[in-house]
Amino acid sequence: MTPIIAHSPHAHAGNSVARIMATVMLALVPATLFGFWLYGWPAVYLWAVAIVAALAGEAAALKLQRRAVKPAILDGSGVLTAWLLALSLPPWAPWWIAVVGSLFAVVIAKQAFGGLGQNVFNPAMAARVMLLISFPLEMTAWIPPMSQPGLLDSLAVTFGGMPVDAVTSASLLGHVKTEFSRGLDLQQALAGHYAPLEAAWGRRSGSLGETSALLILAGGVFLIARRIIGWHAPVAMLAGVALPALLMNLIAPAHYAGPLVHLLSGGVVLAAFFIVTDPVTSPNTAAGQLLFGLGCGLLTYVIRTWGAYPEGVAFAVMLMNAATPLIDRYVRPRIYGRTRQGEPLAATKKDAA
Amino acid sequence: MRLFKLRGGVHPEARKADSSERPIRPLPLPQRLFVPLQQHIGAPARPAVRVGETVRAGQLVGAGQGSVTAPVHAPASGIVVAIGDHPAPHPSGLPVATVTIEPDGDDRWFEYEVAADPFALAPEDIAARAGAAGIVGLGGAAFPSAVKLDASRRSGVDTLIINGGECEPYLTCDDRIMRERAAEIVTGIRLIQRAVGARHAIVGIEDNKPEALAAMRAAAAATEVRIRAVPAMYPMGWEKQMIQALLGREVPAEGRSADIGVLVHNVATAWAVQQALCRGRPLVSRIVTVSGGAVAQPCNLEVPIGTPVQALFDACGGFLSTPARLVLGGPMMGHQLAHTGVPVVKGTSGVLALTQAEIGRAAPAPCIRCSSCVRACPVGLLPLEMAARVRADDLAGAVALGLKDCIGCGSCSYVCPSGIPLVHFFSYAKGELAAQARSKAKQEATRKLAAERSARMERIAREREEAAAARKAAKAAKEAAARAAEQAEATA
Repeated sequence: MTPIIAHSPHAHAGNSVARIMATVMLALVPATLFGFWLYGWPAVYLWAVAIVAALAGEAAALKLQRRAVKPAILDGSGVLTAWLLALSLPPWAPWWIAVVGSLFAVVIAKQAFGGLGQNVFNPAMAARVMLLISFPLEMTAWIPPMSQPGLLDSLAVTFGGMPVDAVTSASLLGHVKTEFSRGLDLQQALAGHYAPLEAAWGRRSGSLGETSALLILAGGVFLIARRIIGWHAPVAMLAGVALPALLMNLIAPAHYAGPLVHLLSGGVVLAAFFIVTDPVTSPNTAAGQLLFGLGCGLLTYVIRTWGAYPEGVAFAVMLMNAATPLIDRYVRPRIYGRTRQGEPLAATKKDAA
Repeated sequence: MRLFKLRGGVHPEARKADSSERPIRPLPLPQRLFVPLQQHIGAPARPAVRVGETVRAGQLVGAGQGSVTAPVHAPASGIVVAIGDHPAPHPSGLPVATVTIEPDGDDRWFEYEVAADPFALAPEDIAARAGAAGIVGLGGAAFPSAVKLDASRRSGVDTLIINGGECEPYLTCDDRIMRERAAEIVTGIRLIQRAVGARHAIVGIEDNKPEALAAMRAAAAATEVRIRAVPAMYPMGWEKQMIQALLGREVPAEGRSADIGVLVHNVATAWAVQQALCRGRPLVSRIVTVSGGAVAQPCNLEVPIGTPVQALFDACGGFLSTPARLVLGGPMMGHQLAHTGVPVVKGTSGVLALTQAEIGRAAPAPCIRCSSCVRACPVGLLPLEMAARVRADDLAGAVALGLKDCIGCGSCSYVCPSGIPLVHFFSYAKGELAAQARSKAKQEATRKLAAERSARMERIAREREEAAAARKAAKAAKEAAARAAEQAEATA
């Protein structure tokens, strides 16, 4: 028997951080495998490079801090970060994009802030934003779906610096923006580029794991059912994108794409279920998560529609990450027996019905 | 009638079937009974017997003193062999004043007068008799029942709620007593109802105890006592949660249930009231659940107060394996026992011998702000934020977040995936705050005494000076008078 007297409770639900991370990774498997199938071996290589770089970077950062390496590596949070980052990268991006991104995510965005649980910004999104600003060319080199070079050719794509612009094809959002600048309207821009069902399945150009809305949705529903995430933030984010899109589309259908186009393109669905639900960088309460998700969605729409970048999810998430402490400060549950202002409730005697 | 919505809560593995299917067994008298004089909240009782005295079962051995207190009675006939310190059933294991009785096995009872019709007694008389019988809240808090009854009668309550929630895992003592002694409990409920003048009496029982619900429904059929099933969840047995579920009323913070016209008592307390008023038997035994993965035959025992915990485990076939932890009470809020020599007291609902697998909590990991604790908290607190404040020694910050509203139910620690001992942080902070308040009160008292002393010294000095001045003036006057007389004489 331990000589130290333990405090109650003398029981535990049995869950752990590692188990949560593993469940989230499990939920990512379908969308990831689909991405591998869609874009071939280069996608697999990129994913693997991102994860190895994150583990190495995290171990080095922990060693430098003289903190225990093993428990932090085994909790799976670093792997999950790199996995999410990889899913948001162009599938044929060169290896060093994954390495630079992963290292930035775990070393700068996570460990420099104090490690797991201490980071203000979602590490995967911070890395994506950094890459997008620093390497715009590599970060917007999309390839058409079902491009499946052989094993060795794939090595050349990922590690050999094979020029990807030879196969470049614009993502839908980028394409629409370009066409607008050429003076075309939305219907002309979308013609031949957008089929809702295809978009839902995800057979289109885009990031490694962001294209299949249905498979991502399946993973998200699985996580909600397993009570790993709540429904509040995802639903709010999707609504935050869909509602302004619907409104603007009703006002000027020739210029503003409808809600379905916005929901099914770019990283909205992935972010809704796997990024804005990141516990560390999102608010604590259900009401706060609703607010947070809504903010992420609205900002995404605003940046996509009127900003300089075709895709705004990562920027929107980082802006809302910065607002999380503020939301947590003002959105708090009412304490039992108290008013929202914290005063004790008035004593009332009433008869039971 | 509908049930009202509840907040938070967790669903720990119940583990009740281990002990709930065996009938209550009386535990044979041990060689010695160690009856602490304080088994309740409030002032300790003062010894009413002397060493060497022969006592009968039920005879007063400790008389209550002060306004919040409870008397203590001999659980068996025998000889008082010692009155002195014995380890208390408290995590510290510190000694408390204890009457040690060596039972003689004769089972001679002290005869108390029993009213022909207890329901004809005046309400205050019922409360007084319950108080004289040493009845305290048997749900675990051990608050003197008579004090609660008197306060509720004076302030007026409309509803009496009898708590048959028993939400702590493993514990089945209330389940068993409801199954086996439902008629007595219902009589006790009606007596309490009369003692406080409540118009309604409702028994709330978790729906994971169908047999207890059926037995209580049958016993209450011809009465106005209503039996209600409430959802099984932890902490359903927290009285405010029970009130919320049954009535939808919320007790104001810093207040008591009587503020909203409700009184809550435990089912076993109702049984004890019936025993005291209808049989003249003071509270000298209670039902205790003996369970846990390390116990050979978990069951419920009717245990004389003062029986060492070891005797309970022995009666249940001893240990299957060396227990990783001994717990007094339930696993969610119970205290770890330092050893098995401590006695069972009135508030002991269970003794558990748990294996490591049952305790199962790894070394704490960093908080990932998953807010599982926020969802689990039945009070609506932010445990993760409070713990961060306590960790940074910012007690004022923790209080501002509602630390003082925390009921210590342990739901947050139970669900925390990082295994952070959140409740431990809060208990520490509450203890620190209490210590700070005490030291502040002490400083205040010292300062007041010092101020009084200096005022007194000043006054004395002033009085002395005034007296001296008065003496001087008197002397001067005398001298002046004498001189005047001399002059007058000389002139004459």
